[in-house]
Amino acid sequence: MENFDIIVIGAGHAGCEAALAAARLGLKTALFTITLDGLANMPCNPSIGGTAKGHLVREIDALGGEMGRAADKTLIQSRMLNRGKGPAVHSLRAQIDRVAYHRLMKKTVEDTDGLYLKQAEITDLLFEDDGRTVRGVRTHLGVEYGCKAAILASGTYLGGEIHVGAMTYPSGPDSVLPATKLTESLKAAGMELRRFKTGTPARVHKRSINFDKLEVQHGDEDITPFSFDNKVLPENKVDCYVAYTNAETHKVIMDNIHLSPIYSGRIHAIGPRYCPSIEDKIMRFSDKPRHQLFIEPMGLDTEEYYLQGMSSSLPVDVQLKFLRTIEGLENVEIMRNAYAIEYDCCDPTDLLPTLEFKEFHGVYGAGQFNGTSGYEEAAAQGLVAGINAALKLKGEEPMVLDRASSYIGTLIDDLCTKGVSDPYRMLTSRSEYRLLLRQDNADLRLTETGHRVGLIDDERYAAFLKKKEQIDAEIKRLTAINIAPSEKLNEYLSSQGTDPINNGIKLTQLIRRPQLTYEGLAFIDPERPVLPHDVCEQVELMIKYEGYIKIQLEQVEAMRKLENRKIPEDIDYSKVGSLRLEAAEKLAKIRPLSVGQASRISGVNPADINVLLVYLETMK
Amino acid sequence: MSTICAISTPLAEGGISVIRISGEGALAVAEKVFKPFTCESVGAMQGYTCAYGQIHDGDKTVDDGVLTVFRAPHSYTGEDVCEISCHGGIYVTKKVLRLCLKNGCDPAQAGEFTKRALINGKLSLTQAEAVMDTISAEGEYALASANLTRKGSLFGRISKISNDLVKLLGELAAWVDYPEEDLPAVEENALRKSLEDALAVTGRLLRDYDNGMLIRSGIDTVIAGKPNVGKSTLMNLLLGYDRSIVTDVAGTTRDVIEESAKLGELVFRLSDTAGIRDTEDTVEKVGVELAHKRLEECMFVIEVFDTSRKPDEDDIALLEKVKSLDKRCLIVLNKSDLESAVGEEFFREYSENIVCISAKNQDDRMMIQEAVEKIFSPENYDASSTIFANERQKHCAEKAHEHLNAALDSLNMGETLDAVTVMIDYAANALLELTGEKATEAVVSEVFSKFCVGK
Repeated sequence: MENFDIIVIGAGHAGCEAALAAARLGLKTALFTITLDGLANMPCNPSIGGTAKGHLVREIDALGGEMGRAADKTLIQSRMLNRGKGPAVHSLRAQIDRVAYHRLMKKTVEDTDGLYLKQAEITDLLFEDDGRTVRGVRTHLGVEYGCKAAILASGTYLGGEIHVGAMTYPSGPDSVLPATKLTESLKAAGMELRRFKTGTPARVHKRSINFDKLEVQHGDEDITPFSFDNKVLPENKVDCYVAYTNAETHKVIMDNIHLSPIYSGRIHAIGPRYCPSIEDKIMRFSDKPRHQLFIEPMGLDTEEYYLQGMSSSLPVDVQLKFLRTIEGLENVEIMRNAYAIEYDCCDPTDLLPTLEFKEFHGVYGAGQFNGTSGYEEAAAQGLVAGINAALKLKGEEPMVLDRASSYIGTLIDDLCTKGVSDPYRMLTSRSEYRLLLRQDNADLRLTETGHRVGLIDDERYAAFLKKKEQIDAEIKRLTAINIAPSEKLNEYLSSQGTDPINNGIKLTQLIRRPQLTYEGLAFIDPERPVLPHDVCEQVELMIKYEGYIKIQLEQVEAMRKLENRKIPEDIDYSKVGSLRLEAAEKLAKIRPLSVGQASRISGVNPADINVLLVYLETMK
Repeated sequence: MSTICAISTPLAEGGISVIRISGEGALAVAEKVFKPFTCESVGAMQGYTCAYGQIHDGDKTVDDGVLTVFRAPHSYTGEDVCEISCHGGIYVTKKVLRLCLKNGCDPAQAGEFTKRALINGKLSLTQAEAVMDTISAEGEYALASANLTRKGSLFGRISKISNDLVKLLGELAAWVDYPEEDLPAVEENALRKSLEDALAVTGRLLRDYDNGMLIRSGIDTVIAGKPNVGKSTLMNLLLGYDRSIVTDVAGTTRDVIEESAKLGELVFRLSDTAGIRDTEDTVEKVGVELAHKRLEECMFVIEVFDTSRKPDEDDIALLEKVKSLDKRCLIVLNKSDLESAVGEEFFREYSENIVCISAKNQDDRMMIQEAVEKIFSPENYDASSTIFANERQKHCAEKAHEHLNAALDSLNMGETLDAVTVMIDYAANALLELTGEKATEAVVSEVFSKFCVGK
């Protein structure tokens, strides 16, 4: 039997990051996929990033993951969303050439030493005699491979079932084969699985779209790349378009709503709230006269276009009929129809923040298998699972990212502590520390961790240290500068719509004024050194937001104090006298690692936390 | 660890009460609220010593009292501890407690002093187990009283603001997280208006909270009016016996006199003041200044006018002053048995609460009672809630108020909305704490239920 250290099941966005991280950290790793041609596929929208998701990609990059680099090399249009709403919510979003991304990621995996890419369906996880320590996997052809850790990243393949109108058939995404046996094996081992649902819109032929009737959407002139390590700036190569549904569209859908498998009651799985099908939108928001859809190219060497906003599980003829009511799509030709897909996933509260199962040693979960949705959420978890599986086998401390460190940490804490009731999408509003967790400073927050873990090499780390030093030095220099009032300055201040000064003022106080910029005040700061753009950006933001950053840091400190109060793994909550039954049950189920995590569990109140704290003291 | 404080004596009328402060910042807090007469400063005091001095809120003196200092580790909790002994009585005691909270303390959780004692190695294991039982029991009690409070009107009002804030945050979140959807843009002016509205509600809530507390320990009431319109007569009517010297010479009431009168279920602490008219008489001048100050401090004003004479400058000055202070007030028109020189409608523009009486007629007492009962109708305070729940709610409302102010400031300074939103987040979180919810989840649910968003 061939043996590996780590076996990754599924080669989507979670699986690829997990396998790359594990192999790069020196572990012999196998990556299994049902079809090599489906590796790092984008079966839904041909884009990476977006609000909060863009943050995730930059964080993945700062930790030494692959998604940001691959996206930069294959993007065909890029935009920074939310400009003007404040730096904390700026988010990168890029249209990606879907096939180019797949090919690049496949080549990257193939080129990685110690990483073995294999085409096979995994049907069984194999356990030691204790029934809870993984020892290997078995394929559909009965071949067994040994491993010390297995990462489940099965996406919508696991028990996949597609619904279109009255038709239902077993399938993975984009018409590949589903994984039909693994669910049974996991259930037999005692894992609890549940069923979620998601959907995708139709792909249509370019020649059937009347672009003259659509609003065009260009990319940004100056592109910010995802990767902090990027040396070649990507370019825009395509445009996207906006169209709208109308009363006629809604009528066609309403007339046929009984044909929807969801409204007729054939699908029971829970769909994502953030990604409703068009029939959902019309049923739930009947007062909205129109809904927006985005028309996006699938790549450079294809005529396929993606219709974002129009996911549906209505029959194909109804899909065609309602699409053709839309201005600009009167003659549209569907190439791939829209569908809903159901799949099996775990309850993420069964996971530790390392993404290892509490009950199964060496078994990790990542991506849609953990109840999330989205390529970026998947990649983030894949990276964390891959790193932690590797660290565990190397006998090193795990990498646990807390909520104040990153969106990745927030995502994983939400999953493990609160659980999910529908496929989870990252949102900026989910992070209470979002003024600190900006996309622009992901490198400052996480490069150190990436280097410590071993995914950021010394060269990149040195560049990072230099940037950090430049930022610190410049802030220090600026803080020491006092500016005297002058006619020239006051003229400038008035022209920018802010009050002139009568007395001397600190330069940093001027920079802090919302109407002024670091750049714009260069003329009163003759000693200013020439610094790279990203350094200037950080200097300006750190000065401007100093007050808010301070408030958030105080909150972080309070949170971390509780986070540092660790709860021993072997604690028996039934023995904690005086603990309310509900709290004891919740704590026993989630098994929080720290008092901080315990305090975020719903149903555990401050008195319970106090009881717990006292109990922990008595155990010392 | 934060610095905590609580009232350590039973909350009832008594000779003295003790407020205990514990934590690293205990001495710093005591320094801010207590000025010892017998030594230079609190910081100079040794452990196990006490000092007589003044409890003050900025320039305002709250009470005289005794401060006892315990220095870590030689205290009950093992931390720095200060105990302020003040005069007993619910009103003063709570005022001192609130003063400590305002100056940087957090309210102590159930059993927290003992918990800290345990953590700092001051208690045995057996004692610790007893403590856990206590915390748990008090936790249950807190929960029960919180549930009780849920039925109260104060909770209803807090829920209303937190719902409004969550709605506002939902709009902001949808606008930020779904920039490409055709959602209505968040208008700065509308946002400012929402924040101002919320602030008005939290402000009102905090004022009313004080009122609620005061109503139980007596409503601080000033009887005001020009000399010789019959204030003392009115007071005597309310008290039921002659208290002030009543003569026909203007300006005979020269002292601020405090008495308690019970009208129905309400208790009023009455001060009959000298008039607020300009005067050359030195003695009377002191009384007039005092009267002005009392008008500013009190929570209820009974304005007395004599309808047999036309209102003059002094009368109008009083009406304007009370109106500008935005106080709850009752206008009492006296001597209605004589021929009227001015009609009731003249006073309507100052207040809707008007009663016409002749202070010599005992039946008029009932009319006044009805009028004040209307003014202090129960929806303005939450009599059913327990004091524990109230203090916690108040602390939350205060925090929310503070964060809302910060949000409004940021908005007015022209900061971007990401910063403003985070401040609103904090405000919502402070209020949602009462129901154990978290703003982030409430907001996410709001976005998905109210907005049609998603790919």
